[in-house]
Amino acid sequence: MSVNSLLRVGSVAVASLGVLALSACGSDPTPSGSSSPSGSSSSAGAECPQGTLNAEGSSAQKNAIDEVISKYNEKCADVTVNYNPTGSGAGVKQFNANQVDFAGSDSALKPDEMTAATKRCAGNPAIDLPMVIGPVAIAINVDGVSKFILDGPTAAKIFQGTIKTWNDPAIAKLNPGVTLPSAPISVFFRSDESGTTENFTKYLQASGGGAWTGAPAKKWTGTGAGKEKSAGVAEGVKSTKNSITYVEWSYAVDNKLTIAQIDNGSGTPIELTADSAGKALAAAKPAGTGTDLALKLDYATKAAGAYPIILVTYEIACTKGLPAEKTALVKSFLSYFVSKDGQASLTDLNYAPLPAEIQTKVDAAIQAIS
Amino acid sequence: MSSPDGTAPPDRPDGTAAGQDQPRIEDLVHEEAGPIPKFGGLAEEHAEHEAEEAAEVMTESGPESKASAAGTSGAPPSGPGKELDLGPVGHLGDRLFSGLARGSGGLVILIVAFVGIFLLALAIPSLADDKSSFLFSRIWEPGGDQPRFGIAALFYTTVISSIIAMLIAVPIAIGVALFITYYSPKRLAQPVAYAVDLLAAVPSIIYGLWGILFFAPILGPVIDGLSSALGWIPLFEKPPGDNVGVVFTASVVLAIMILPVVTAISREIFQQTPIAHREGALALGATKWEMIRMAVLPYGRSGVVSASMLGLGRALGETVAVLIILSVPNGQDPWNSSIFAGGETFASKIANNAAEFDSPEKTGAYIAAGLVLFVVTFLVNSAARIIVDRSTPGNKRPRRNRRAGASTATEGAKS
Amino acid sequence: MTAVAENKPAYEGKALDLSGKSGSRAFKNTLATVLIGLAFVLAMIPLVWILFTVISKGYHLLLSADWWSQSQRGITVRREGGGAYHAIMGTLIMSLITAVIAVPIAVLGAVYLVEYGKGTRAARAVSFMIDILTGVPSIVAALFVYAVWITIFGFNRVGFAVSLSLVLLMLPVVLRSTEEMLKLVPDELREASYALGVPKWKTIMKVVVPTAFGGIVTGVMLGLARVMGETAPLLILVGYSKNINLNPFNGFMGALPTMINQDRTELALQPAADRVWAAALTLILLVLVLNVLARLIARFSSIKSK
Repeated sequence: MSVNSLLRVGSVAVASLGVLALSACGSDPTPSGSSSPSGSSSSAGAECPQGTLNAEGSSAQKNAIDEVISKYNEKCADVTVNYNPTGSGAGVKQFNANQVDFAGSDSALKPDEMTAATKRCAGNPAIDLPMVIGPVAIAINVDGVSKFILDGPTAAKIFQGTIKTWNDPAIAKLNPGVTLPSAPISVFFRSDESGTTENFTKYLQASGGGAWTGAPAKKWTGTGAGKEKSAGVAEGVKSTKNSITYVEWSYAVDNKLTIAQIDNGSGTPIELTADSAGKALAAAKPAGTGTDLALKLDYATKAAGAYPIILVTYEIACTKGLPAEKTALVKSFLSYFVSKDGQASLTDLNYAPLPAEIQTKVDAAIQAIS
Repeated sequence: MSSPDGTAPPDRPDGTAAGQDQPRIEDLVHEEAGPIPKFGGLAEEHAEHEAEEAAEVMTESGPESKASAAGTSGAPPSGPGKELDLGPVGHLGDRLFSGLARGSGGLVILIVAFVGIFLLALAIPSLADDKSSFLFSRIWEPGGDQPRFGIAALFYTTVISSIIAMLIAVPIAIGVALFITYYSPKRLAQPVAYAVDLLAAVPSIIYGLWGILFFAPILGPVIDGLSSALGWIPLFEKPPGDNVGVVFTASVVLAIMILPVVTAISREIFQQTPIAHREGALALGATKWEMIRMAVLPYGRSGVVSASMLGLGRALGETVAVLIILSVPNGQDPWNSSIFAGGETFASKIANNAAEFDSPEKTGAYIAAGLVLFVVTFLVNSAARIIVDRSTPGNKRPRRNRRAGASTATEGAKS
Repeated sequence: MTAVAENKPAYEGKALDLSGKSGSRAFKNTLATVLIGLAFVLAMIPLVWILFTVISKGYHLLLSADWWSQSQRGITVRREGGGAYHAIMGTLIMSLITAVIAVPIAVLGAVYLVEYGKGTRAARAVSFMIDILTGVPSIVAALFVYAVWITIFGFNRVGFAVSLSLVLLMLPVVLRSTEEMLKLVPDELREASYALGVPKWKTIMKVVVPTAFGGIVTGVMLGLARVMGETAPLLILVGYSKNINLNPFNGFMGALPTMINQDRTELALQPAADRVWAAALTLILLVLVLNVLARLIARFSSIKSK
């Protein structure tokens, strides 16, 4: 090698090392809460393990788990929790491939997934822990319409494409006194496979009175134009007049979209609130066996004041079989998630907290992890 | 040292004589190198050794084959080129270096072969299960017991969006590159060149976000205008639906995205046009544009095609920007070939569904789509190369000149 | 490159003096000038617009020291604060590893194509493979590495796996542009060197490569710029972490494109939107700094051709 090229290589190396060295002074931001990181061990020292916890899955619970992680770190500063919102299917896949310590999913494990998960947990079953209730909003953008009412059959017909214009008699009947344009309805759907789509189509099928012809699935089978992720459909409705979509509550609120009230057949339209969504969960039945807490939601519920379109997102973890230090981390974090503190922070983010009795069950199941 | 035999061996009508010349030519080359002290005795030893080896090879394989080896490339200038290769092989540094270079070339082949075989292995089982025509079906339902998937729609959208992007980007990029190299005031050229390089660094996500949030609303009226003027052609017919997530918008954003890449490489190449060529043209009284047409463009043609191919590769394979912009048609409506309708490209389809690759069959279907994508890219690439090599005399001229120059120079050295 | 640029204006001046043009030629010349100028203006509009958008929306976060020295640990999309340190370091580490692997292979490969294998069947095979590699979309490269790294070897998702897939993307860009640059080195230079008895490898190292160095650096920068902004491999091959992780062989790792990708889903929220544009600007600045560094290196090490 010549001096020249040595010099060249050398200067590249020096330059890159310089970049590394200069910036090797990075740090984590100090928590905005009252406790300083140094004093954190005093508050809950006994409960706080140390280490890193990696998780992945449902994007529907991303904001919830981010908030809970942030709160949890105020308590346990030495634990690092990473959550990757790549989607429920990806979460389960990565969990089963031993890439993450627990997964987030919008649907409980299916039998074949459970088989793989059992293998991953060294022969012990995995467990579905309901953790967050994410209501799904039907959001619209029609000039001059700020209060809008839909029922199951009408919603199914709109999303199926059999009702094509806003001034359709079926819509007008539900919304007396509201002037609706004669414009065609632009429907936006999730182009990616999504737990939100699956739960929403379950609702359309259960309470659509036969108007929804497809089977519930993660992939959309109705009409409309597809947009990527919740952000895509929300942005689509925001920027397109006379449009409608289904999207997680928080996106509808953040994008300032008009949210439809749902008439579940009880006679009064129900506004989407944390409370009304929680009531719908009360109608759910347990579907899991043993300590597994998978729930079967009743989308056709006619209970008074129950907002029927909700999805429950689960955390999926091993009942046994993780290394001891990971087990301690999983238990510590998840039991904080289900605790009153953890759940209390969710309402502000437009999720609904778990009802108290389910919280107790979930907590018991987490404590049983070993 | 004048050796009339050595000047152009392949020109000789009878192969035997040329074959006999071979070792002598090597000797000549090494004799030249010999006097330089660096080479020392070692090089000469090598040279002798090589000569012996060459002689051995000759006796083994017969003079004819050796002669034909020397003459295979046919064109007269390549003969002397080979001699140049043979000459310095004796040096240790040369062996190491050429070994490294060859090794890298081999590594590239290995990598691609490995990737290709691997992806094929993943894709074939899914393709075998496919219940509909993979190439001609527009349905995409790879999961389940009866997987049915075909790439027709993906193929169409991918290709049409990239073609439009190239039609927009390449002429403009050439213009910009010429502007920077030969038209702009020198003070402006450098900052502009930096700015263009900088834009190559803007992540594609940002192009996508910018495209959907800021650019698409402005493009809306353009789309309306185009479709009302040209709507009688199916390609430009505007279907009902939003103006935002259409193929045309994605194409324009893709064009903007590949512009910096194509510009940056073209600029470097235009700058390298030998001063002698440009001077020559100007001295003949050519206008600036004629100088560019006669000297700069032919000289840079191969490079510009390479640059465009890099850009095309990026356009065909662009993932996130397309994903953000394009509206995906639903399964119910009839398929629409208009560039003012939505669609999905190979890459956006794969990326949009990457989170749900939960079974090998499903993954295989997407990988098969990915394979088609790079077959397409490859075909376009090869086509472009063939066009460059065959049809354009302008391209051959400088190359031949260079080779001709090479042979003259070696001859000069020998005599 | 610089040498050529410096020589240029003198000859242009002469061109105007020398040519005695007829009307149509003069018209064509003017037309071409106008068209080229127009192309330039047309190209600059969107490009300046994008830069303006990113800069005007992103600059204010970059002004705070926290942005450069803190991670996003504990910062949710609704909250302001924190920085991009974790993502900057992740991006730097991963692309540095990528460059260290890809650049030598690419430059040597180009040297092989231009200097050693010209016209041979092997060289055509390599060229063919490069064309194929150009066509590998990033997501397919990522899937490939996923299948090898995780499915076959059973390793965890780490930053190094991302680097491996980025190598596949960077290699053809650098190799092709380097090849073009080497091709443009006049044979006269090589021959002059050979004529002096300089062995071939030294000719390549001291004459050919330095002559083409500016162009090679541009190619490397384009390659780096491409891989630094690449999102798909990051999504598949490493988890995004809001925390600082400097180890490319263990754990989730932040990177600027994934940071943008995380926050872009919440553009309706101001803190998240700010971070999206700021992270994009940071990425552009990183590439700019690398560019300037590379150009300085190129300037100091290029042959003095005056």
